[in-house]
Amino acid sequence: MEVLQLLVSGISQGCVYGLIALGFVLIYKATEMVNFAQGDLMMLGAFFAYSYINVFEMPFYLAFPATIFTMAIIGALTERLLLRPMIGEPHFSVLMLTIGLGFILRAVAGAIWGNEPRSISTPYAGGVIDLNGLIIGYENLVIIVGTAALCLLLYLFFRFTRLGLAMQAASQNQLAAFYVGIPVKRVYSMVWAISASISAVAGILVAPVSLIDPLMGFVGIKAFAAAIVGGFGSLPGAILGGLIIGIVEQFAGLYLPPGFSDVSAYIILLAMLLIRPQGIFASMQRKKV
Amino acid sequence: MRFIKKTHYNQDIQLFKHRGQLFWYGALGVALLLFPLVLSEFYLGELSLVFIYAIAGIGLMLLTGYTGLVSLGHAAFLAIGAYTHAYLLAQGWPFPVSLICATLLSSLVGAIIGIPALRMTGIYLAVATLAFAIIVEQVLSHWVSVTGGFRGMAVELPSIGSLSLDDSIAFYFLCLFVLTCCLFLAMNLLRTSTGRAMTAIRDSEISAQSMGIHLAYTKTLAFGISAGFTGLAGSLLAHKIGYLAPDSFTLLTSIQLLLMVVVGGLGSLHGVIYGALFIGLLPQALALLRDTLPPVLAQIPGLEPGIFGLILVLVLIYEPQGIYGRWLKIRNYFEEFPLYRKATHKRQRSYLRTERLK
Repeated sequence: MEVLQLLVSGISQGCVYGLIALGFVLIYKATEMVNFAQGDLMMLGAFFAYSYINVFEMPFYLAFPATIFTMAIIGALTERLLLRPMIGEPHFSVLMLTIGLGFILRAVAGAIWGNEPRSISTPYAGGVIDLNGLIIGYENLVIIVGTAALCLLLYLFFRFTRLGLAMQAASQNQLAAFYVGIPVKRVYSMVWAISASISAVAGILVAPVSLIDPLMGFVGIKAFAAAIVGGFGSLPGAILGGLIIGIVEQFAGLYLPPGFSDVSAYIILLAMLLIRPQGIFASMQRKKV
Repeated sequence: MRFIKKTHYNQDIQLFKHRGQLFWYGALGVALLLFPLVLSEFYLGELSLVFIYAIAGIGLMLLTGYTGLVSLGHAAFLAIGAYTHAYLLAQGWPFPVSLICATLLSSLVGAIIGIPALRMTGIYLAVATLAFAIIVEQVLSHWVSVTGGFRGMAVELPSIGSLSLDDSIAFYFLCLFVLTCCLFLAMNLLRTSTGRAMTAIRDSEISAQSMGIHLAYTKTLAFGISAGFTGLAGSLLAHKIGYLAPDSFTLLTSIQLLLMVVVGGLGSLHGVIYGALFIGLLPQALALLRDTLPPVLAQIPGLEPGIFGLILVLVLIYEPQGIYGRWLKIRNYFEEFPLYRKATHKRQRSYLRTERLK
């Protein structure tokens, strides 16, 4: 029973990693840029949710879409102002740029909301389901269900909609996509908007379980590990990677000496990079000349 | 404009291209030697710190600027150098031996980390080094018998034989000496075939490979050399900060190092020096700025990293060649005075094509 209990909390934690990783993967899949500030976007989303719910006293069901909408705008603006001048620059520069962006977002959040941890009140807080002694909090359940729903939505979006296909085309060959009439720049803004909204969802879902403060975005690094374990550029891979890391972390916390829980994500990452650098769901090939 | 008429192949690899360069670097050297006469102890201390950053920066520049491998975890090598040095000194090893051992150990660890790096490029490598740095940070805080854990460990005062290097003038000269040696090493390395191979890998791995460059060997070597320089800087840094704790070597430190090479100018050793000056003196400038700002703004938590981030973003967007690149442009402007064309320095953009199938 203890094992099952750990498994459930591992899955719920893993879903959070997976959700942030989804944001990474989405941006990577569509623009081949790596956004190191993804965790900080999540932090920003959580803070907006906090403002809407606790400061402006909106009902939760209104605050949820409002947060997503705000974050979508912020995501698109970020792309327009910071990332667009970087189109055509080496990957490394973009990576550095998003690291810098992360620092800026943290400072901005600290300036607006201060440094003390906050929490948001949700209608489903506190309730539990008791399955023969296996106790699942509503918050954890919502995280798991929300993640699953979002995954399905994204899968359908990329598989069937014109915009989703356009995104894939733009990522595979910018110039060719532009020639066949895909508005590459606008598609990129859209991708950032979607990715920021996903991290907003992650922020709202995770807020009841962990506290909100400007440094919560550091979870992003673990989510990054998750994305790589799953195979960068693969949406199911991101979720799977997140689950693996979340579950291993829970078990490492119980059965291994202190300190291992914190680094287990990175040990898995390094091991993965040694054994199968392309990740579980590989989407890369050796570059041909 | 200056035209150098080359009459011998060796002129291509000379350290100083013409006499003017020799004169100005000589003048700089003399000025650096005379600084202790005019500067106060505080500024000497700050300059030593700049030199230490520059040594670490040389390491990172060789790796990132010349070999094209990005490392987000160089603080780990800094930490390994610092802790090894402090530990060996505490065991009673003489200062120079301990310094060399610290350098060699970081270099070895770097080479070992470099081995998985052979199979990775770009972000994968960056994240692998990041993961490594986080693991090292955890090891530092939990391996109490060697590192003192969270309590940290004190560093013994530096001395060679009976000659104490503790006062700020002696330490300044020590750092200056080590930095000069490192710069010469790096300059020499870059004009050997190994250095050329590193540059070739940066510019195109595939063409380097088809020219017969052993990718695995060269990359591992680059990692080892880079980590060695950084470890050396770390052991000097140990003396500078005097007391080692795991929180001196965090992710922020790694990013500061990277910021240094990016702001200074990737792919030039000049850039390292400019970047080190920038990183070393910025906190002082920020402290001054804090005093003049209204308290509401000055009290913002994380203001300093925020400004670091802002500068990084601005530099990447507006001047990706960094301070050194800007200097080249200014110099060019005056050299070609009425005929300067902006397009000379236009960046070539490359459009994205991926090898992904899905």
